[in-house]
Amino acid sequence: MKPVTHIHSRTAVLADENIDTDRIIPARFLTTTTREGLGTLCFHDWRYQADGSDNPEFPLNQPQADGCTILVAGRNFGCGSSREHAPWALQDYGIQAVLCSEIADIFRNNALKNGLLAIMVSAAEHQWLLEHPGIELSIDVEGEFIALPDGGTIAFQLEPFARYCLLNGIDQLDYLLQHSMAITGYEQQP
Amino acid sequence: MSAKTLFEKIWEAHVVAVESTDTPAILYVDLHLVHEVTSPQAFTELRERGLPLRRPDRMLATLDHSTPTLPAGADGERPYANAEAKAQVSQLEANCREFGVDLHGWDSADRGIVHVIGPELGATRPGMTIVCGDSHTSTHGAFGALAFGIGTTEVGHVMATQCLLQRKPKTLAIHVDGALPKGVAAKDLILHIIGRIGVDGGTGYVIEYRGPAIAALSMEERMTVCNMSIEAGARAGMIAPDDTTFGWLKGRPHAPQGAAWDAAVTRWKQLPSDAGSRYDREVRIDAREVKPTVTYGTHPGMAIAIDVPVPAARNAQERRALDYMRSETGNPMQGTRVDVVFVGSCTNSRMSDLREAADVLRGRHVAEGVRMLVVPGSEAVRRDAEREGLHEVFTRAGAEWRVPGCSMCIAMNGDLAQPGQLVVSTSNRNFEGRQGKGARTVLASPATAAASAVAGRIADPREYLVEAEA
Repeated sequence: MKPVTHIHSRTAVLADENIDTDRIIPARFLTTTTREGLGTLCFHDWRYQADGSDNPEFPLNQPQADGCTILVAGRNFGCGSSREHAPWALQDYGIQAVLCSEIADIFRNNALKNGLLAIMVSAAEHQWLLEHPGIELSIDVEGEFIALPDGGTIAFQLEPFARYCLLNGIDQLDYLLQHSMAITGYEQQP
Repeated sequence: MSAKTLFEKIWEAHVVAVESTDTPAILYVDLHLVHEVTSPQAFTELRERGLPLRRPDRMLATLDHSTPTLPAGADGERPYANAEAKAQVSQLEANCREFGVDLHGWDSADRGIVHVIGPELGATRPGMTIVCGDSHTSTHGAFGALAFGIGTTEVGHVMATQCLLQRKPKTLAIHVDGALPKGVAAKDLILHIIGRIGVDGGTGYVIEYRGPAIAALSMEERMTVCNMSIEAGARAGMIAPDDTTFGWLKGRPHAPQGAAWDAAVTRWKQLPSDAGSRYDREVRIDAREVKPTVTYGTHPGMAIAIDVPVPAARNAQERRALDYMRSETGNPMQGTRVDVVFVGSCTNSRMSDLREAADVLRGRHVAEGVRMLVVPGSEAVRRDAEREGLHEVFTRAGAEWRVPGCSMCIAMNGDLAQPGQLVVSTSNRNFEGRQGKGARTVLASPATAAASAVAGRIADPREYLVEAEA
C-alpha cells in the first residue's frame, strides 16, 4: 500500500442520499475475478445513457467535475451490499476521498483498507460542502483536518489504526500476521 | 460480574487481542462462508503472497450468485448469463481444489444460497462468530451467533489468519411486544421495523431482536428478520438461542452429536443476555400494529402497510424515488399493477416461505401477463418442496420452478426484469436497478407476492388465506 497523507482537489458533489453500492457498481458487473479496470463501470447506470453515451445530467459528467478527486456525497453513502468492487471502482474512476455526514459501515471499512479516504464530517459542515460544489479542499490525514480556501478548517476523525496504516502505507494483513503466535494460543485454549 | 448481553458474551469469547485506543481488537472467526463473487481476488492475494489458508476446516464454500437457475441442457452445458459468470464459477472450483476448501458445488446435494445452507447443515450454531463476503451474513444471527458481512480484503485476512481487526460495535435492542396478527409474516415485521428506524437507523450497531413476538418466531422466520438487519445499516442482527433453536439444529450434519450435543446445549443456554444488561440504544415495536407491509420507494426504509396511502416526498431524494417507482402520494400500494413476481433469495426461500406462497396459489392461477419465478434457496429445500408437491402447485399456477440460487434478488445470473417492469419480490433490496436496469422493485412477504401474482396487482394475502381456509 502506498501511504496516503494529503489530498488536494476541487470537490464534485453527488447530493443524493443513500447512494447504495448497486448504484456505485451494478451487480451484473461483479462477475469479474480481478480488482482492476472497474472505473469505466463506476456509477454505470446513472452515468451513461441507453446508447452508451454520457448522461449530461449525471453531476460527475459535467465539465466542472473534471479532474476532481474529492467526492462530497449525500448522507449514508455506500449502503447495501459488502462488495469491495465499490471502492475499487471509485478509485479506478479517479476518486481519492469521499466526504459525507454518515457512511455505511462495510463500505467505509472497505474503502479505508484500499486507501480511499472515507471521511465523516458533522451534519452542518456536510450541508455546507453539499452547497458549495467545486470548492478547493486540502485533506490532511495526519492532522485530521480539511483546509478550506478561506483559511478555515473542518476537523474529522479517522479510526486511529486505519489512519496509522494510511499514513505509513501499512498493510493490515501484515499486522495481523505478526500476531500468529497469539492466534495459535487462542486456538489451543481448551 | 456485571450483566452482559448476548453480543458481549460472544465478542469477549472471541477476542485474541483486546482493543486499545491505537489498535482494534483481533477477533477470531469460527466459520468463514465463501461464494464465487467476493472471493477470487482474496485467493489471488494469498497465492501472490505465498500464504496458506490458515484453517480450511473452518471454511465452507458454495456457488450461488452467478449460477443459472435453469437446469443444464441435454449437452450438460449450464445456461450461464455470459462467459465471465462461467469463468467465475470455474475459478472458485479451482481455488477450492487448490486450497483444500469444502465446496458445495454443482455435484453436491447440499448446494444453495450460502445463507440457506450454513444453517441447514448445522454449520451455523449459537455462540459462533461467522463471516462471509456478503452483507446478508447477518442471517446467521438468528441462531444466536455474531455474524456479519465483510469485504474482499477482509476475506483475505480471514483466509490467512482466521481473524479480523474489529472495533467493538454498539448494541441496539429492538423489543417486539405482543404477537403478530394472523396472516402477517416475519417479512412484514422486519419491513415495518426498517420503516420505523430508517435505512441507516442501525449504522454502527449490532441489533438484538427481543421480546415475546420474536421468541414466538420459527427459525426460518428469525432468519428472515436477522437477514434484513443490514438494510437498516446494522452489520449484524441477533436473536438469543432457545429451545426453538436447539430443536431446529439437533441431528443436522455439522451439529454435535450425543454427549457433545448435551454439553453444547448447556453452553448455549448461557448465551442469552443477562437480566439487567444494558444496550446503547433501545427501540420498542408493537407486533399487533404490523400489517402486510411493502416498500414504495427505492430503499428498504421506504416501507408502509399495504393499505396505507403512500406519503408525500419530504425531500428531493424521496421525490426521485417516488418518480422512479411511479408510486403516487395519497394512494396505497395495494392495487398497483404487477409485471413480475419473484419468490426466493436468502430472505425468503426456505420451506416455510414456499409453503406460504403455495397456500395462496393452490387451486389458483397467476394472472394473465404476469411472470412468476419461484427459486428455492437450496437443493435440500428443492427436494423437500418436491416431496411435498409444492413445485406442482407452482407450475400448475403458471409459475416457473427453478434450480436454487440468488437469482433475481441480485440479478447477475441473467434472471432479471425489463426496464419499467414492476416486480413484487420476496428479496431484500429495492434499490434502483437492483433487479435489472430500470426495473421497479416492491419488497413483500411470500404470501403477499403470491397474492399479487394471482391478482395481477399488489394484493393483501389475508383475503386469499381466508378463502383458502373456508
